[in-house]
Amino acid sequence: MAPLDELKIGGMGASRRRVEDNRFIRGKGRYVDDIVLPGMLHMEILRSPVAHARIKSIDTSAAWEVPGVRLVMTGETMAARNLAWMPTLSYDTQAVLATDKVRFQGQEVAAVIADNPYIARDALDKIVVEYEQLPVIVNPIQAQSPDAPLIRDDKENQTSNKIFDWEIGDKEATDRAFAEADVVSKIDLHYPRSHPSPIETCGSIADYDRATGKLTVYMTSQAPHIVRAAVAMVAELPEHMIRIIAPDLGGGFGNKVPIYPGYVISILASILTERPVKWVEDKSSNLISTGFGRDVYLEGELALRKDGKILGMRMHTISDHGAFFADAQPTKFKIGLMHSTFACYDIPTAHLLSEGYYTNKGSGGVAYRCSFRVTEAMFFQERMMHAAANDLGMDQAEFRRLNLVRDDMFPYRTAFGFLTDSGQYGKCLDVGMEAIGYSTFKQEQEEARKRGKLLGIGISTMTEPLGAGNSREYDILGIKMFDSAELRVHMTGKAILRTGAKSQGQGHETTWAQIVAHELGIPADDIVVEEGDTDTAPFGMGTYASRSTPVAGAAVAMASRKIRAKARKIAAHLLEISEEDIEWELGRFYVRGNQERGVTIQDCALAAYSNMPDGLEPGLENTSYYDPPNLTWPFAAYFCKVEVDAETGVWDVLNFVAVDDCGVRINPMIVEGQVMGGLTEAYAMANMQYITFDEEGNCIGANYMDYLLPTSWETPGFELHEVVTPCPHHPIGAKGVGECATVAGPAAFVNAVMNAIEHTGVRNVDMPLMPNRVYEALQTGRNVSGMPPVLSD
Amino acid sequence: MTSLFDEVQEAPAEGVEVRRVTVNVNGADKTVDVEPRLLLVHLLRQALQLTGTHSGCDTTSCGACTVLMDGRPVKSCTVLAVQANGREVETVEGLATASELHPIQEGFKEEHGLQCGFCTPGMMLSAKALLERNPDPTEDEVRWALSGNLCRCTGYQNIVKSVLWAAKKMREQNQEA
Amino acid sequence: MYPSRFSYDAPNSVEEVIAILDQSGGEAKVMAGGQSLIPMLKLRFASPARVVDINGIPELEYHRIDPDGTLRIGALCRHEDLEFSTILGNFPTLAQASSLVADPIVRTRGTFVGSLCHADPQGDWSATMIALGGKIVAQGPKGRREIEVRDFVLGPFVNALAFNEVAVEAIVPPAKGKALGGYLKLERRVGDFATASVAVALDVDGDTVTRAGCALAGVGGRTIDANDAISVLVGKSFNSESIKQAAEAVAAAAEPRTDHRGSSSYKRHIVETFVTRILSNIANSEQKAA
Repeated sequence: MAPLDELKIGGMGASRRRVEDNRFIRGKGRYVDDIVLPGMLHMEILRSPVAHARIKSIDTSAAWEVPGVRLVMTGETMAARNLAWMPTLSYDTQAVLATDKVRFQGQEVAAVIADNPYIARDALDKIVVEYEQLPVIVNPIQAQSPDAPLIRDDKENQTSNKIFDWEIGDKEATDRAFAEADVVSKIDLHYPRSHPSPIETCGSIADYDRATGKLTVYMTSQAPHIVRAAVAMVAELPEHMIRIIAPDLGGGFGNKVPIYPGYVISILASILTERPVKWVEDKSSNLISTGFGRDVYLEGELALRKDGKILGMRMHTISDHGAFFADAQPTKFKIGLMHSTFACYDIPTAHLLSEGYYTNKGSGGVAYRCSFRVTEAMFFQERMMHAAANDLGMDQAEFRRLNLVRDDMFPYRTAFGFLTDSGQYGKCLDVGMEAIGYSTFKQEQEEARKRGKLLGIGISTMTEPLGAGNSREYDILGIKMFDSAELRVHMTGKAILRTGAKSQGQGHETTWAQIVAHELGIPADDIVVEEGDTDTAPFGMGTYASRSTPVAGAAVAMASRKIRAKARKIAAHLLEISEEDIEWELGRFYVRGNQERGVTIQDCALAAYSNMPDGLEPGLENTSYYDPPNLTWPFAAYFCKVEVDAETGVWDVLNFVAVDDCGVRINPMIVEGQVMGGLTEAYAMANMQYITFDEEGNCIGANYMDYLLPTSWETPGFELHEVVTPCPHHPIGAKGVGECATVAGPAAFVNAVMNAIEHTGVRNVDMPLMPNRVYEALQTGRNVSGMPPVLSD
Repeated sequence: MTSLFDEVQEAPAEGVEVRRVTVNVNGADKTVDVEPRLLLVHLLRQALQLTGTHSGCDTTSCGACTVLMDGRPVKSCTVLAVQANGREVETVEGLATASELHPIQEGFKEEHGLQCGFCTPGMMLSAKALLERNPDPTEDEVRWALSGNLCRCTGYQNIVKSVLWAAKKMREQNQEA
Repeated sequence: MYPSRFSYDAPNSVEEVIAILDQSGGEAKVMAGGQSLIPMLKLRFASPARVVDINGIPELEYHRIDPDGTLRIGALCRHEDLEFSTILGNFPTLAQASSLVADPIVRTRGTFVGSLCHADPQGDWSATMIALGGKIVAQGPKGRREIEVRDFVLGPFVNALAFNEVAVEAIVPPAKGKALGGYLKLERRVGDFATASVAVALDVDGDTVTRAGCALAGVGGRTIDANDAISVLVGKSFNSESIKQAAEAVAAAAEPRTDHRGSSSYKRHIVETFVTRILSNIANSEQKAA
């Protein structure tokens, strides 16, 4: 009997075509705005045009008069029910509808619920708000000033705009390393504010059923179970009477993790109107008010021996969190996993000092494929490495190779206490250097410069912590960060799988089935996967920070294995032999020594309902909760070649090579898709995409004319390579990859441009490297900063 | 009247102008009374329940709302429903026949040209319009033609491959025919 | 995202359009492609009481060359009609600009004449037409009149049409000798507003420039008329000296403002660079042709 071909049944390693596609290509996806409930009303939100002001009065009387308006809500409406403020995921509070002040341009001030969104919008125009403007803060340096206005005067005991101080590492040992260093390399820079901006904005349909007391909310949420818990706390409704349904999501990238005022307002509106209330925000609202990413300033230093060995690393980061501290991250880490920086390098000592500030901007900071601030950690790392290699007069690749953790050092304890799992960093470097033509580049560059052309090459290498995380160290508001899978095999051998994750395009309906196919030999096409409904899905912490393959995927494998263990008992019963004499091959148990004699997994499934051995419960299902023993650590080595037009500052990507080692790849096609998507976002941030502010706190980047996503025309092509080093502690050896390219990518582009203009002596140009900034660097030989406010004539 | 009842709605507010439009959508005439300010995307999504066309921005930038009007791609968020009166509109729901997917749809599945699926309907319709004019485009020509449709997930490389896959299949089908 | 209410007419003749405008007391807006007006309606930057849609007048859908070489562009000629046109060989500036307007989808609806009427300081067509010495044909109750585009744009988003006039056509005069030109635009991505763009249109007799036109977008509160500045080229042939002189003169005419796209000096520098590049490209092609 020929064994099953794992690739043919859609097991691990198969580039299985996606199940999700069947509905999306027909336009039959079901996104929040596609859902219509009987009697549904529509909500629009009035937002503050000013960045910092006292609210003197709000007059909604004319709005109530607009035909078709059913309800108008202000901060007063919310306050009457103790809902004007709500807790954030970082133990702060956030205004739902403003009461005393507005603290950022775009803050929610009032809401209108009407028969259709056009009427709701008409009514917004009728609301009259009187603002008394206050001085505005648009960067953390302003926030630090003793003369700065106090933004969070709503908080008791808040006497400044500082949110936190946080530090980790060995300061004394690191100071000693710097004292002993032959060379100290220093770089200051800003990772600008960016925004995940999935094409679909955030929205909800809240439906409170007075008869049953049940609240159902359709919501653009990457973490529906967290939302259920939060709504239970905030709205004081019993948790079992709350159902959060995350249907198809048009992208997430971390933007759809937090709980936004719009959701809470729509819930109260449904309770008050006794009708379903739909709120779908427009793009401007999404960009100006929902969870942004980044906005961190770095003072970074490396202590170096003259042969290039790193003796110590110091980082001082200052982060701009907006008006409320609403970072979505494991709660005890104020600056996320910033301390995962330099994890791929063998460094004896390091110290990180971090300060966070309130400013008059929308709140957030942890989002946009950042793996909890790891985008910042690795961008800072590779910009520091680039500067240090230059300061030493060393080749960029050789400097990295000298310091990279070697294969024989795993598991490796980093200076900040992380334990990295496995890797072949040197091999990845080699593969990339070969592919980009690294060895001949210097000559190519010199010859081009003689012809007046500026070529540059940039490298970015990193390992990052995915799969948060182990319950000893990781929690969000006290909830531990495990994840789950519930697998049920029907009597005909087909199966249904539900997990606590929530795909926003990552293809879980396709890939989770592949894990089950691998473990049980049930063809992937025979397994349906569901996620996102808290009434049916087992509890999970959702999908963000590339945690789903490492955690939920592991749970899928474990649930499958437990089912296989039970099926083995059934097989023994069917074959009338002892369990010890049973062997397993893909999809089948057979008698040891007599391979012809066996039963399939499908035979066992049928027997689970019709022919059970004594003492064993019928049915064939299992729910597994997976508490990961450790984080997983994929590695990336990216190489970027650019040409800079010295007369205009415009730069083009000539070639981009990406080497990714994310361990075992469940579906290579999907892995590559994730890498290319992440590289495009990296390119966007490096080239054109950012949010900034003028002196009055007006947001520049609150629409797609100012916040620039690259199109198919500008976006370069990418050459992808793979190295596979399995994760030693993950059931299927996979590490996760969703954010790697966004984490490692930006530095490759920036280092390449900096290399092209190296002859000017410029150390740093802040992202995005727009033509005017590159040109300014070329002309002045000085660093170019992107810190707001942006000045204009 | 073919339905059993027709609920009498609240009378529209005084002085609100309403126009009767007939739009041919995916081959079928649809007649609807609309306010002139109603955007075509909302006519399709709400009046006609064709939710495959998506709304993704407010500055006519993203192209998620792209449909074909008289064969040319238009951003339906920037066309008034009344302007579609007497016109032929094709949405993503009109791509497949009862039994077969359009080669463009097949290409997007085959070459992993979508992830979250939100930009996909608009992307496919822009591609269809391109291939009608240019059945054998280069990669650059595909990228240029799709530069009015934004995607956040894929990085475009597989979208280009999907369109080229479809172009090849359509050329082969036309040769056989 | 949602326009406020307006009344709507879709007449079938230009005369009807004028009649409606005449009765509207200035409260009506004409809509052609709608790719500039509808976004303004959605953001409520514009809330006209009445919209007059001219898409029901197929006689306005044309662009053609008269026997004397004049290019006439009807009010419903779409950007993409010009992008894919096969008859613009003698209008290189226009041909080069046509694929740079907005993005490919907007170009199927948006119109050339509508874009001129919109009078956006960053508009590609306004700059092109001022460089070409083009005109708008306005039609009102008293008949038609021609308005030079340089006089047609009064300020940002303000044009010279009377409240009861509609623009029905744009005219581009023929070159007297050989028509050469170019259009360069610095945009960070397709569909972006121009950081700076330059339109150059020349008439050449042999190797001597007999007429020179130039206009700039994105470097001032309105489209910059640099015709006088580039007139330093007239009577000269192409060489590095004359090109440099022209580029410096045009750059001096720009009125750029510092903003998040760049400093005013950067934008001025881009203008100078683009003029140099356009003229150098022309000079090189001419040399090759000769």
